This record gives sequence, structure tokens and C-alpha cells, in this order.
Amino acid sequence: MEFLSDIASLINSTLRISTPLVFAAMAGIFAERSGVIDFSLEGKMLMAAFVAAVGSYYLGNPWLGLLLAIIVCVCLSMLHGFASVTHKGDQVVSCVAINILIIGLTTALAAAWFGQAGLTPTLNEDQRFLEIHLPFADALRDIPIIGTLYSDILSGHYVFVYLAYLSVPIVFWIVFKTSFGLRLRAVGENPSAVDTAGINVYAMRYKALAVNGVLIAFAGAHLSTAVNANFFREMSAGRGYLALAAMIFGKWHPKTALIACLLFGFTDALQIRLQGVELPAIGEIPVQLIQALPYILTVVLLAGFVGKAIAPNAIGQPYIKER
Amino acid sequence: MVSPILELTDINKSFGHVHANKNINLKINKGTIHGIIGENGAGKSTLMSIVFGLYQANSGSIKINGKEINLRSPRDSIINGIGMVHQHFMLVENFTVLENIILGFEGETVFGEKLQKAKEDLEKLCQTYNFNIDLDATISDLSVGFRQRVEILKSLYRGAEILILDEPTGVLTPQEVDELFKILRSLKDEGKTIVLITHKLIEIMDLTSEVSVMRQGEMVGHTKTEDTSKEQLAEMMVGRSVLLRVDKKEIKKGETIFKVNNLSVKDDLDVTRVKDVNLEICSGEILGIAGVTGNGQTELLEALSGIRKVESGSIELFGEKISDQNNFLNPRMLKEKGLAHVPEDRQRMGLISDFKAHENLIFGYHDQEPYSKSAILNNKEITEYSNKVMQEYDVRPNSPNLITSNFSGGNQQKIILSRELNENPKILLVGQPTRGVDIGAIEFIHQRLIDMRDKGAAILLASVELDEILSLSDRIIVMFDGKIVGEKENKNVTDRELGLLMAGVA
Repeated sequence: MEFLSDIASLINSTLRISTPLVFAAMAGIFAERSGVIDFSLEGKMLMAAFVAAVGSYYLGNPWLGLLLAIIVCVCLSMLHGFASVTHKGDQVVSCVAINILIIGLTTALAAAWFGQAGLTPTLNEDQRFLEIHLPFADALRDIPIIGTLYSDILSGHYVFVYLAYLSVPIVFWIVFKTSFGLRLRAVGENPSAVDTAGINVYAMRYKALAVNGVLIAFAGAHLSTAVNANFFREMSAGRGYLALAAMIFGKWHPKTALIACLLFGFTDALQIRLQGVELPAIGEIPVQLIQALPYILTVVLLAGFVGKAIAPNAIGQPYIKER
Repeated sequence: MVSPILELTDINKSFGHVHANKNINLKINKGTIHGIIGENGAGKSTLMSIVFGLYQANSGSIKINGKEINLRSPRDSIINGIGMVHQHFMLVENFTVLENIILGFEGETVFGEKLQKAKEDLEKLCQTYNFNIDLDATISDLSVGFRQRVEILKSLYRGAEILILDEPTGVLTPQEVDELFKILRSLKDEGKTIVLITHKLIEIMDLTSEVSVMRQGEMVGHTKTEDTSKEQLAEMMVGRSVLLRVDKKEIKKGETIFKVNNLSVKDDLDVTRVKDVNLEICSGEILGIAGVTGNGQTELLEALSGIRKVESGSIELFGEKISDQNNFLNPRMLKEKGLAHVPEDRQRMGLISDFKAHENLIFGYHDQEPYSKSAILNNKEITEYSNKVMQEYDVRPNSPNLITSNFSGGNQQKIILSRELNENPKILLVGQPTRGVDIGAIEFIHQRLIDMRDKGAAILLASVELDEILSLSDRIIVMFDGKIVGEKENKNVTDRELGLLMAGVA
């Protein structure tokens, strides 16, 4: 029985740990499907975490904090669009600039407002999201398999966890079953075709970036107002980049990107559990090696285990209409 | 008196300092096929892009059916019944035919009923015009000819009454051209108006009833096609009289000097693009390679000129083996053996665009006397030589210090040609010598190639322009899918015969 509950708790943490990755990967799909590289997922996630924590602290309601984070992230996406869509700047450079700006800005603002470099005050229970216990979770726990599945795996997560997995079919539906999705995919493949069909290429890319901003805000808020009760310096810890890798590994497709995110989440969850565990014959594995697992996996997978990832054809290229 | 369906008045358009369209006036009558002819860079495409709403004119007015309209985007044009088939197709390659056609005109937020209706409507349209297109096929699986039909279908579905086609035949085989012309004629019979942009005189004579000629951004004449001739149109295009036929002396064939045995070559993606090719060229002979773009001609020329590795087989020059899969001579060594190469892609391989003309004129020979001595360039010699050779080859403007990218395509080609011909090569490999080159320069370049042949050089000429192959070559081989699928003496060969071979049918 202990084995089963071990597995259950591993799956439970996998779902939780993957949540920000899933939001970020979905955000990335919108930007990159429209032809705009988004390296700035990392920076935006960090900013969202900061804004959500500060907003919740002052306004006393985590939902208002989330709303603020959404507004700020959409603004950052628009900034990226202004530099790389309107002014046709290098998309990677624009992203790097945003990332660097935000690392410094969050630390500096935290110092100025709260007197602690890179830390915001701890949120109380009213100011943060709490775990949601699904109805009858306690009553059903003792039923074998189903009880474990329902009570230990499905129940007891933050609202963001449910939203993240709900977002995947919605993103799939938007991208592949609506006219907006058709135009989104077309603009990332051949913007000239979109232009000659009478659709404004720039407007399409801005719309995609706006959706991108909304989605990434959820990832940040999850970090600072749900799993943690404050913001701390560089708390996104590379998740934006990991999500980008998952998206590429998932070939810019919501379903496969989800699987990639779960895989990364799982190695991370495993990593936490493996720390300090003695393996037979090998002994204790150094902590550093275990912590590096998700990243090693990224490199190995991207280095060619998943076949060639074909990016949208026009990605990274500003659309220039007149010669 | 027929009223014009489309009327342009005093259209002006500039890109930076380039005045692409100057005070253009044009009337196009309903139910006609109207040709617009002019050389590359004459401003034809720009003008039609303005009509399609892709570019906005700096000044001037556009009337459709007598009503003045303001075209701010292609959407406005499409709504007003204008459709355009661009030279480079505006299709999303990994979309289906259906998705490409409804893009921008989906009619519903979530796909459902309207998508079904669109499919039914399109199937009807396909039947009406005998298009034979599978709406669920992915574009990347379709041939160029079919892609073009998708573009036409797209315009028709969007309600085009005026259909503009920009250089539609450039990528087609003669048979595909016949099919296209059949479609265009039947569209005309339905009452649609067709505007055909081209630089090929023969298409104008074949298809149009009226023709307008553009030169250097200006409209230089309108006429009924039946009242004019090819020669007259060519003169209007260029501004002086041109010789359309090449005068060629009887062949004086020498011994075989260049031999290719069972050659296979792979491209950068490791796909075999040249398959088991055998050929021989004699001195004093021009061997033409015909074929649709992308059937291995590029890789063949690159392998022969020492740029690309030989996968298997061998190449012999004067009976001496120069390349096989184990060792091959690089372009410089080949040059010393008397091989010269005018590459297909002159911007990428033939020239350094940012260099001055005189630098490109001697590049490759720059380390030899008299251009340099003890590793120091002799500028006086170089300038003197450049002045002389630019005059000889009629490079305009005749200014050796001008940056090469500022010359027109034809003049850039003359710079390369002068450099490659100057050393009197024994064998000359030429790829697409007149792509993007104006008529006046074509005449000059063709004459130079003939002169080289008469002087006893062996020339291998690869071109996608069948007319060029037919007028210059003594012998013609046709490439399809990397293989040589036919070889003919250039006597009484028709473009139709070659077309069948090029399509891989015969």
C-alpha cells in the first residue's frame, strides 16, 4: 500500500510542478505560431509572480493580484510586439532585454517598497490561493484505486492546476477549430498569404501576443500566490526556458507540449523524492546530479531523440511588406 | 464604346528614392485579356500590387466600373472584385487547399456550417472550370501547376471579376502553360477580365487582345494586339530596336574535351539530386540542359564546377580524370585547367554585392599579374583594365567604383561574364545566364556565348527558359528528377517535345 501512495504522491506533485510549465508552453504556442519568438516567457513569468504577490498583498484578494499580473504581462507582450513586430527589431534581442530588465526591476522594486531586496511580505490566507478539496474527497479515500485517484491525485490542488490542464483542450480548440486559429497558424507560416487575404499581419501578431500575456500571468501567479506565499528573487528559476523547450519538443502543438511539460514536471518531482535516497549498489546519488536531471533530459530530448522539430516557417522574421 | 472596368489615372509610387511608377494611366475593358509587358523592374508588379491594395499609391485615382474607390488593403480590392495570382504563390504550404482558400473569408468564428458550404461551393467551381483539385490535399504535395490553379480558384471563390496574373508562366512547362491559357480563355468567355503581366512577348501575342507597355516606371504605349508585332513591342520595351533571333553559324565540332561518367550528386539535405548522369561536350559546341527548376541542374553544375562533392562517378577534362568521389579539384584548380563558371545564382555565388565593380571584375584573378605584384594590389592597372572591359561589355553605368549591387541584373551579369570569358576558357559552364536580365542585355549575352563557341570553347548551358535553350544550343539534354531523360540534336525540335520530357511524361 505504501508503494501505491508513493506513486500517488509522485503523480500529485508532477501535476503541481508542471502547472506553470503548461501555462507558459501554451503562451509560447500562441506567440510562436504567429511567427514571433518568445524567449521572454521567463521574464514575464517572474514579473507576473511579483505583481501578483504585491497586488494581493495591497488589495487583499489574490484574484485582484492575478488581474494585475495579467494586465502587466499583456503590457510586456505589447512591448515585445512594439519592438519586434512594429519596429521589426530582432525578436531574440527584444526578449533578452525584457528578461534582464525584469530580473533587475523586481529586485529593485521589492527593495524600494518593502525594504528587502527581492522579497515581498508573506501573504496571509485571505491574500493567497488555497488548495481546493473536491467534494467527498475524505469520504472516498478508502476505496481502493478510485479513492486514491480521486482523493490523493485529483483533489487538493490549487485552482491554477485545474485551470492549466483545462487550458490545453481550449488552446487546441482555438488553434485548430476556429478562424482565429487558422489565421494565427497562417501568419506564422506565410505572412504574405495572410496579407493578400486581406488580414492585417501586424494586428494578428499583436492579438496572439495579447493571449500570450494573459496565459503567462497565470504561471507567475501560481508561483507567488499559490504554491508560495510571497515573491522571492528569481523565483521563476528557468521555468520559462524549460517551458519553451517543452513547446519545441512538443512541436508547437498543445497536446504534445502538454506531454513534454508533464515529463519535465515528473523528472522534477522524482528529483525531489530521490534526494537522500540510497539506491542499492550505487549508494546515495549526489544532490547536484539529481537536481540537474530535468535539464539533462531537456538537452538529451532536444538533441534529437524526438525527431526533427519543424518550427513555423516564418518564425523570427519581421514582416516587411514593401521592398 | 465599351466602358472600362478598371481605370487608373496618374498613379505615382516611390520606394525611397526609386520612382517605381510615374504618372501611370491605364484603362482595362471588361471581358478582355489585357497584357502588361515590360522588362524586369519596369514597375509592372508594383502597379498591379497597387491595384490589389497591397501597396498604396502616393497619388492618383483608381476607378472600378466608373466609381472611384480607395484601396487601403487587399481586403478592399477583393471586395471590389479584384483577384491576383502572384508570381510567388501566396499559399501556406502545410495547409490544405480548402484552408488556404477560406483564409480571411471564413465567414464564421468557429468552423462548422459555413465550412461545409464553402466546400460544396468550391466543388461546384472546380467542376465548372474543370480544375480537378482535391480540396483536402496539402499544398506541399501539389505540383506548381496545381498550386497555381489553387490560386486562381481562390480568387474566383472570393468573387473576382478582374483577375491579375503576375508572370504566371515562369515556373510552368509548355504543357502546363497550354492548360493555363485554356483556363484563362474560358474565364474570359465567362465575362471575366484578365490582366496578364509578363515579359514574354510570345504570350502577349498568343493570348491578349490589348497590350500596354511599361518602361522604367512609365507607361510608354497602349495598343490592340492585332495592330502590333513582337518586334515593335520589344522596341517599345527597350527603347531601341532589338534582335530577337540569335544568328548562329554552322557548328564546327571539335574533339570531345569534357566527359562526365555515371555522376551522382547529393544536396545539403543528403538527398540524391543527380542520378547516374553521363554526358560529353565537344569543343565548339553548346550543350543545353533543359528542365523544370529543381530537377538536379543546380547540383550538376555545382559538382562540375568543383563546388559540390561528387557522390559517385567521375569527371574528365581532356581525357584526364579531374574529380571522383575520393578526390576532386576545387574551383581554383579547375580554373587553372581552363574551366570557367557563370553560376546560376549571381547574387549568392557570382558576385560580392557589396564590393565595387572593379573588385568583382578581377576577383579570382586578383592575385595574378598585372592586377597585383608581391601580394599588393595594383590599383592603377585594375582601374585601367576595368574601364576597358566595362566599355567592351557595355556595362552601364561605366563606373568601376560603383558598388556592384547598384547595377541592374543585366549589368551585373555582364560583369561576371567579362570576368569569366576574359581568360578564354576551354570549357564554360553557364547557369541561367539571362534570369532577371533585360532584353537588350540578353541579346548581348547570347551573342557573347555564341562568339565563345565559334572560338572553339565547349559550353554547357543550363536554363529554365526553353526559348534560350532552343535558340543557343547545338545539342539538348533534358533533366527530370536528376536523370537525363532525353537527348536531341537541336534540329527541328519543338518546345512541345521538350516539354513532355521535362514533365517526365515521355
